[in-house]
Amino acid sequence: MSVLPGAAAIAGIGATEFSKESGRSELRLACEAVLAAITDAGLQPSDVDGMVTFTADTSSEIHIARNLGIGELKFFSRIGHGGGAACGTVQQAAMAVATGVADVVVCYRAFNERSGTRYGLGQADRPVDVSADRAAYSWMTPFGLSTPAQWVAMFARRYMHEYGATSEDFGRIAVIDRAHAAKNPAAWFYGRPITLEDHQASRWIAEPLRLLDCCQESDGGQALVVVSADRARDLPHPPALIWGAAQGSGNDQHMMTSYYRSEITGIPEMGLVGRQLYAQSRLTPGDVQAAILYDHFTPLVLPQLEELGFCPKGEGKDFVADGNLELGGRLPFNTHGGQLGEAYIHGMNGIAEGVRLIRGTSVNQPGDVHNVLVTAGTGVPTSGLILGADA
Amino acid sequence: MSDHGSGAHSGEYEDRLQAWVGRELLTRRFGQDPVNVPMIRHWVEAMADDNPIYLDESAAREAGRDGVVAPASMAQAWTMRGYAASVRPDGEPTGMDELTGLLAEGGYTSVVATDSEFEFERELVPGDRVSVEEVVEAISPEKKTGLGAGRFITTVRTYRDAAGEVVATQRWRLLRFRPAEKPAQEPAGKPAGKPEGEEAEARPLRPRPAINHDNAFWFEAAREHRLVIQRCADCKSLRHPPGPCCPQCGSFAWDTVEAKGEGHVYSYVVAHHPRHPAFGYPLVIAVVELTEGTRLITNLTGVEPADVQIGMPVVLDWIDPDPDLSLPAFRPADADAKER
Ligand SMILES: [Zn+2]
Repeated sequence: MSVLPGAAAIAGIGATEFSKESGRSELRLACEAVLAAITDAGLQPSDVDGMVTFTADTSSEIHIARNLGIGELKFFSRIGHGGGAACGTVQQAAMAVATGVADVVVCYRAFNERSGTRYGLGQADRPVDVSADRAAYSWMTPFGLSTPAQWVAMFARRYMHEYGATSEDFGRIAVIDRAHAAKNPAAWFYGRPITLEDHQASRWIAEPLRLLDCCQESDGGQALVVVSADRARDLPHPPALIWGAAQGSGNDQHMMTSYYRSEITGIPEMGLVGRQLYAQSRLTPGDVQAAILYDHFTPLVLPQLEELGFCPKGEGKDFVADGNLELGGRLPFNTHGGQLGEAYIHGMNGIAEGVRLIRGTSVNQPGDVHNVLVTAGTGVPTSGLILGADA
Repeated sequence: MSDHGSGAHSGEYEDRLQAWVGRELLTRRFGQDPVNVPMIRHWVEAMADDNPIYLDESAAREAGRDGVVAPASMAQAWTMRGYAASVRPDGEPTGMDELTGLLAEGGYTSVVATDSEFEFERELVPGDRVSVEEVVEAISPEKKTGLGAGRFITTVRTYRDAAGEVVATQRWRLLRFRPAEKPAQEPAGKPAGKPEGEEAEARPLRPRPAINHDNAFWFEAAREHRLVIQRCADCKSLRHPPGPCCPQCGSFAWDTVEAKGEGHVYSYVVAHHPRHPAFGYPLVIAVVELTEGTRLITNLTGVEPADVQIGMPVVLDWIDPDPDLSLPAFRPADADAKER
């Protein structure tokens, strides 16, 4: 039996404000978020002996350790593939803690994604080199296919064709996100809900995606502190136990453009993550009371619901239209407002919301949540978590 | 596509045009003045080039020369005929005038220089007399460009000294084109937001593919308007995008097959924002499944975005955005049938 399930917990969460222009360096955002998470966990910087972030992050752990007086590090690791890394950082931390390699591991992500380098502008004018990663864009950017919205739109169009989904079905995801964000003071779109009519009236970005199908771009940082379950029980907050932590890369996996598989309406790498999560945790979809699903673009929420076993294939749109994702529904979803509503912090803010749901402190707390499922980026090699309350 | 059968496409016109390949446009002609220090001084001042070997004898000797040398990039300057000759031609039509006339007959009335590559054989020194002659190296088939349909004319200019020794060669490429008449619906159409009449303004280059050992063959074939698919030399399975190893059998040996150029739209996107200046919007980008079974990302031409449908049969077309890049595109197969 795996040593991982239940061995570690998230004991601290911390973030900066979420904005469009932080006015500070990415390193400073990272330091602020990491310090806030350590403080939330009731620990000192000197207690930290491990750090994990994304390969996409510009602030190496050494800079943060040096600035915060963390001192020596025994474990440091980085995960690739953009937003697909989010839950993978927690898996790394949990494995390090479960094996005794490290005691207190901080996972972090901080960037000026709105005021600095904007991912939404695409890959077209990035420098060319001979690496396999760069050469992969050779099949896209010369044809004008260069932005995340366009990459997702290709999947969305095929999904609509095969399952009869419509732009309104995608729009319902945005409406729920924004309804939850409207009640979350930390959310960029606090107090600004939208209607389905607003969604339908928003301009095309990459048909079939409208502006309101696309995640905002944000400046900000988020950090999480992972310790052993035993240690977490002695810290100030109820632990969010890590019952499942998994990564997944599918067959014939590409970055955002896995268009060459026999079918492209599913997200097989997310199915792989889901199967591992349920096997590790010995839970089923029926045991999960809330979900934080990666929502950089609305269309890929539907196949996530399918891959994770919440509804049959092709029925994601009906599951959503029936109100299951709303606060009183079967599976309250993105209670912080998601990345569309709260902030785009590459999925790390969603993990923090999963922790709040377990603590019972979400601004949109839907009653008792024993288990919450959190996912990372879609279209890329990805990851997921099942967080649970202490028995 | 609307130009089929016009003069610019007839075999007879093509033959007359291709007869120019290898012909001299300009017979060997010497520059008006020998290489001289005053002209070098004006040049390096204008170019803000402070390399001392052009004007300082001792610095030039320290750099291993016998004395000052002329900047290599001045090769063309030594043979220019000056302002008077350019505004008052001497009346004798050159080969260049004749070829320009023939191109105008085909409708290619506009011109833009696209590139110039120099190869230098030796440095010129004061006192050298420099001549130039120019020969047509290639005339491309008609290509669709951002400026309009046109032909790339490549010529080679050879610069020689008084003894007839080659001092430099220059490969010079022009696009002679028919200005686009209306905004095209295809990706090579006019840039969004540009008023009519500014068609001749060059569109920025499409994003360059990152070429490496594993994909160069595909882009090289595309430049010859051949759509190839990588095939495992052992188990014969096809794969795209290409890679060094066969995922079916593990073989590193591969060759290619040429696609028939038929397929259907598997999925598509109509891009609106953000706008890259190399493309016209709305831009249709599709994943096309070839009858051979592989899929590729491509553009659709000759179809309104609203008329695109998944499953629509398409046939191969080509886009030539600039002399160094040709890309496969696809157009509706039924439109092709109607045209015939
Ligand atoms: Zn093989």
